[in-house]
Amino acid sequence: MMVAQGDPRLAVIGRRLARVARVVPVMSSKGGVGKTLLSCLLALALSERGARVGLLDLDVTNPTAHVVLGADLSKFPEEDRGVVPPLIGGVKFMSVAYYSGENPLPLRGWEIDNVVREVLAVTIWGDLDFLVIDTPPGIGDEVLDVLSYFPKHEPLVVATPSPLTVTSVRRLLKLLTEAVKGELIRVVENMARDNSSIIADLARKFRVGFLGKVRFDEGVDRAVGDIDALRESRMYRDVSMIAEKLL
Amino acid sequence: MTTQFRGRYVDSVVPVTTTASVRSFKMRGDAKYSGVARVVHEWALAEAIADYVFKTAPSAKRVRVTVRLGELQAVDEGILEFALREIMKSEGIECEVVLKREDCVLKCRKCGYEWLLKEVEFGEEVREAIHFVPEVVHSYLKCPKCGSRDFEVIKGRGVWVEEVSWE
Repeated sequence: MMVAQGDPRLAVIGRRLARVARVVPVMSSKGGVGKTLLSCLLALALSERGARVGLLDLDVTNPTAHVVLGADLSKFPEEDRGVVPPLIGGVKFMSVAYYSGENPLPLRGWEIDNVVREVLAVTIWGDLDFLVIDTPPGIGDEVLDVLSYFPKHEPLVVATPSPLTVTSVRRLLKLLTEAVKGELIRVVENMARDNSSIIADLARKFRVGFLGKVRFDEGVDRAVGDIDALRESRMYRDVSMIAEKLL
Repeated sequence: MTTQFRGRYVDSVVPVTTTASVRSFKMRGDAKYSGVARVVHEWALAEAIADYVFKTAPSAKRVRVTVRLGELQAVDEGILEFALREIMKSEGIECEVVLKREDCVLKCRKCGYEWLLKEVEFGEEVREAIHFVPEVVHSYLKCPKCGSRDFEVIKGRGVWVEEVSWE
């Protein structure tokens, strides 16, 4: 007789992602660079171009993508042999915020890993051309989970043209280029204000793709929560050009 | 004690001395599953267990699966067992299912106090939220002794395959 024991959730993650063509985790080791807005706008822009898109808010302890999309947290997602992410602005959207609401969710590392495993094990994405993942700042549990649990992914690294961000993002790129082929890693400069080539140079140095600049848009915060207004923003127009390059 | 849930305040974190409130914890979902269109997410957990078995014992035609079910997640045993048997049957595998429920024990990392989930009373929506993602218990519960949310679930979280045996 043979015997085994373990966590069954890890065994089913591959099945849940089997019909997802491309996984794009939006990452930056520096906070405040606009990952969440960029993730949401990218998902909307890809969807507008006819792609079937999912968006997963993997900022487990501080989810905010639902605020950008104006998602209704008043009811749980439907269940059908798993959890079916609601369609918002044409994007299948999943977040732990459906369950934690706007309450604090203070978690230790292994608890974050448990949330990620749970969400990946029970979310039924169906057929997707893109799964965009919003990740928290830092190189912590969620980022490591993306690298471990997603068999294939194409990281989109967000950087702003500041020396602190460059130092921080350099560390992330070092990690990513050790784990992922360079041609699958792409960098976007966000909140660009001038013709600085500091981020493009960084991408070149690491031999990863540079998808361009998203200009600083002081008005975009006023559009948060309103998808139609977001689509009218200058940031959306710039992100749409990034989306074109990803297609 | 109340906490905010979806923009309103609900009773959720009142430590109580009775164990009665927790009994309803596991009775959720579609009790009469067979044939209904909406199938609760226990099916997804059953698929996870089945996939674990397929990967662990790829050529087995007869298996015995012992699954530990943590009280916190409040998985419906009937639906889980039904789903697991259906999935195994569809793959031509004879499967004996043993489900073991494990009481949930919580421990505060700040003051060291230990308590049982059975001593806690949650509202229905909070129970449902925890059912989907057990860690959100941190959004609705504090240590009854010191009020810290920095506690850990030391036993009885969710679904765990305790043993798969096959010949």
